[in-house]
Amino acid sequence: MLSHLAGILFDGVAYGALLFVISIGLAITLGLMNFINLAHGAFAMLGGYVAVMAMSRAGVPFLGALAIAFVAGGMAGVVLERGLYRYVYDRSHLDQVLFTIGLTFMAIATAAYAFGPGQQPVHLPPYLTGQVNIGGVDVGVYRLFLIVVVAAITVALSWLVEHTRFGARVRAAVDNRVAAEGLGIDVTRVFSVTFALGSALAALGGGMAIDVLGLDPTFPLKYMVYFLLVVAVGGGRTIKGPLIAALILGVFDVAGKYYVPEIGSFVIYALMVAMLAIFPNGLFGRPR
Amino acid sequence: MTPPRERWSAIEIAFWIVPVVAYFALPTFRTFGSQVFVAGLFALSLDLILGYARIVSLGHAAFFGLGAYTAGLLAHHGFGEPLSGLAAGAVVAALAGAATSVLIVRGQDLTRLIVTLGVGLMLYEVANRAASITGGVDGLSEVPMWPIFGVFRFGLDGSTAYVYSLVVLFAVFVLMRRVVRSPFGLSLRGVREGERRMPAIGVSVTRKLVIVYTLGAAIAGIAGALLAQTTQFVGIDVLGFQRSADILIMLVVGGAGYLYGGIVGAAIFMILQDRLASLSAAYWQFWLGLLLVLLVLFARGGLIPLAEGLSRRLRDRRAKRGRGPQEAGGG
Repeated sequence: MLSHLAGILFDGVAYGALLFVISIGLAITLGLMNFINLAHGAFAMLGGYVAVMAMSRAGVPFLGALAIAFVAGGMAGVVLERGLYRYVYDRSHLDQVLFTIGLTFMAIATAAYAFGPGQQPVHLPPYLTGQVNIGGVDVGVYRLFLIVVVAAITVALSWLVEHTRFGARVRAAVDNRVAAEGLGIDVTRVFSVTFALGSALAALGGGMAIDVLGLDPTFPLKYMVYFLLVVAVGGGRTIKGPLIAALILGVFDVAGKYYVPEIGSFVIYALMVAMLAIFPNGLFGRPR
Repeated sequence: MTPPRERWSAIEIAFWIVPVVAYFALPTFRTFGSQVFVAGLFALSLDLILGYARIVSLGHAAFFGLGAYTAGLLAHHGFGEPLSGLAAGAVVAALAGAATSVLIVRGQDLTRLIVTLGVGLMLYEVANRAASITGGVDGLSEVPMWPIFGVFRFGLDGSTAYVYSLVVLFAVFVLMRRVVRSPFGLSLRGVREGERRMPAIGVSVTRKLVIVYTLGAAIAGIAGALLAQTTQFVGIDVLGFQRSADILIMLVVGGAGYLYGGIVGAAIFMILQDRLASLSAAYWQFWLGLLLVLLVLFARGGLIPLAEGLSRRLRDRRAKRGRGPQEAGGG
């Protein structure tokens, strides 16, 4: 029973870690530019398809395919940010929502046209499949891989934000954009770079998610509410906030679907309603 | 005497004559027409919430679906009286609206997006799981309707459905037109223009938003009930995200905050969808997305303000031409 609980906790953490990697870019966009990007899931989907294609068409190994997905997501982020997104930063949230839903629909239609409506298969390398026993608990190797990768990314991101000049600029811009601009920080450029990084991470997450969340053209809509939740609960001002929110979400979703399968996804919605009722500005939000 | 803002302008009267003419001119499109009116009514309900209360909702279909299932289940279980079905749909949707409005009015835009989205998804899941009651993904069929007032039967040619939906749409529209021009409507406009300033003149913003959200939910419920009654079927897609997104698109295509925008947008959207979606569902979604992107980039506010701007420019040009060349450069 107890090992069962540990197993579920483990799966939930892995799931939450995945949500965190995909959503962190969205959180930063919101914190930095107060921009709601509902098309963020499309970058994750892009990463998924790039990884699948790299493996099946070009025979790239799994880890290499993930790297390609990361780069492709970053490039798509730069192109879209410079080409389209920057024109809607100062628009109302309604315009941003409409604009990014439009982009999502286009991405979904394009993916359905190019790859068909079905689920994409992913063939994990043998060293990432199977189970290992850690302290009496059987855990999936791939889940363990997810947790390790995301932990490494989190450490790297924290270092980037806390200890580099670029990180200092990001923090300044998040805290007070006008003052940061007054100090000579090129907030627009800071934002372009963070947007690209966020897109790249989403694409990486999308590649890693195929085995857990699946991959089909409706991916950006199907998981949109999860990504938004991570950001709404965790806020867009820190890395810690979205991380904790994603882990809570992951654990409760997995536990809910395991223990009370008949009400499955309600657990997560009920949790969401409760959390937003108690903390309307998010767990780490600053009341405005 | 009616005060000036209550008066109907010529263009408004012309607008409402169009569907009457269409009834006689296009007899084969009556069934389709009734669907346009249902969508128009639904868009009108969202206009209250978005255009007048500035609440961006991604889950307005929740109330539409509640109304549809309420009316559908009533008829399914042997009570097919249309008007009380509409009322029941409105009441159920209004209760749900009032219950969720507490969360909606407190949060920021992002919170509102998620709560509306989440409530919609949650209700969809409920309808999906409770298949023994709702019919699940197969939908709820066998929804026999009684004749309206015991006289007008719902026939296959859609005449009754057309007139019935048009009358309901018009009745609700007249009511809404009164509401937004009443002191309550004016204070709503105050909330829209300056949410922070309204409390300073003694207006409770929260209470206004709760009332307007509940009212919007009730009208969406009526629209849903109308769909269930005129099609005599309730599909689970009445609660789907696509419906929430579609209605938002219809409203912003027409223009939010004018009452007419949603109806115009619904008509354009439904005709386009009817023509384009038959080619391929995936293409339709692509064009829909492109339309949204272009709309945001180039036609802020939708078609009604666009048309207003054009007509104003035309009028200015005509006025300038009348005044002579010297003054024309000044504008």
